[in-house]
Amino acid sequence: MRRWLNGLAGAVAGLLAWQALIALGDLPPFILPGPIRVAQALWANVLLIAGHAVVTLAEILTGLVLGAILGGLSAILLAASPLARSALRPMLVLSQAIPVFALAPLLTLWLGYGFWSKVAMALLIIYFPVTSAFFDALVRTPADWVGLARVMGARPAAVLLHLRIPAALPGLASGLRLAAVYAPIGAVIGEWVGAAQGLGYLMLLANGRARIDLMFAALIVLVLITLSLHYLVDAVCGSLLRRMST
Amino acid sequence: MTAWSRRAFARTRDEEPGSCFPGQPAPSLLLSGRVKIGSATIVGPVALEVRGGCWTCLLGPSGVGKSTLLALLAGVGDHVSLEGDQRAGDDAPLAGRVALMAQSDLLLPWLNVLDNVTLGARLRGERADMMRARQVLDRVGLADLAKARPATLSGGQRQRVALARTLMEDRPVVLLDEPFSALDAGTRARMQDLAAKVLAGRTVLQVTHDPAEAARLGQEVLLLTRSGLSRVEPPATSPPRAFDAPDTLVFQGRLLRRLLEV
Repeated sequence: MRRWLNGLAGAVAGLLAWQALIALGDLPPFILPGPIRVAQALWANVLLIAGHAVVTLAEILTGLVLGAILGGLSAILLAASPLARSALRPMLVLSQAIPVFALAPLLTLWLGYGFWSKVAMALLIIYFPVTSAFFDALVRTPADWVGLARVMGARPAAVLLHLRIPAALPGLASGLRLAAVYAPIGAVIGEWVGAAQGLGYLMLLANGRARIDLMFAALIVLVLITLSLHYLVDAVCGSLLRRMST
Repeated sequence: MTAWSRRAFARTRDEEPGSCFPGQPAPSLLLSGRVKIGSATIVGPVALEVRGGCWTCLLGPSGVGKSTLLALLAGVGDHVSLEGDQRAGDDAPLAGRVALMAQSDLLLPWLNVLDNVTLGARLRGERADMMRARQVLDRVGLADLAKARPATLSGGQRQRVALARTLMEDRPVVLLDEPFSALDAGTRARMQDLAAKVLAGRTVLQVTHDPAEAARLGQEVLLLTRSGLSRVEPPATSPPRAFDAPDTLVFQGRLLRRLLEV
């Protein structure tokens, strides 16, 4: 409770400083609007922003689910097969050297201006963090557990299923927490490159028309979506992991 | 006759000389040579002989390589190499005839007690015998906690589950790596009594640094120090010996004196 109050006090102080900067610096609203003006823009355009937010949220969630599934399966495949590991891992690392931003125009070209090019961007941006966090945990099963399994005459597939995957779930959870923050970035980049709807598209449009207050309003909604998603994933993963061990 | 003794009989009918339980086919264990990590010798040269069907305590100071020898016998000594020979007295392979219990209980926190006890079957892709698992749990006094998660158990209860898992494996050779050293004195004494009762007749090699434990449990007591391996004659009474019996205490003192000498 006290932490919440402190956080709230910090936010209020920040807003006051922002408003004071506008008033003292005499900045015109098309350069930097004050928080009051942004709030008015948000209120006046709430339906417009909500419509675009729903599109972006759908892209984020779809990318998140697909990326989590694909990343999870990749990590298991890499952990299960030394062959897959030696063949795919260099490629995986190499692929990370390519800036995802540079791929956005290509994805738009291949997948069109609609929904799926944005989903693909979100997926691409979270795939590596999920795969890497889960894989690292999968190959770090405590050696004593693995030794016990060996003495018991365990089969490798059963060790993976009953021992290594459950033991690595906290690693998958930290990958998913990161993914919840990265996925919105992917979706918005996709929308910047080419879209007819979504918060990224709205921000670009507002910016071009010098409606900086509307741009800020859209940005605030995007930040709220990202934060909610992060806390939701964090809470769900935390509760599942706790239930797993008590 | 238990299941493991029937299985072991099928493998060999030769009864080994020197067994603590004549008629029981639990094999003896032999390991001789040097144990190395890379090119550095960490144990040896030693000639370790564990009599079939006996409870042998391997006593020694920390860092002398007791657990390493145990890991070699269990077949999990990946980081070490043995320059020498290792075999069972009946010359059949040891793989599949060994159960392991360590200082850490190694319970899986996401499985309840019953599922932890039947872990071996699940890892081998076999059907777990739940009836027998419940009997084994009853034997270690945990019948009421079958559905409990490890996190809700005390240290002593957790080691009982580990003992039940070891019993469930039903192997003729049982390797114990300081299984009771993290328990409080009272719990430890009770665990020693229980383990001695339920593991009797199997070939048990227990690594310990506690002279009192070796004095209570060892039918054979081997002392491993930097200068090598030596045998110390335990009291003639059969384990588990009373912790306050004069011959137990005298033997415990003798062991401690030997440990101080080196």
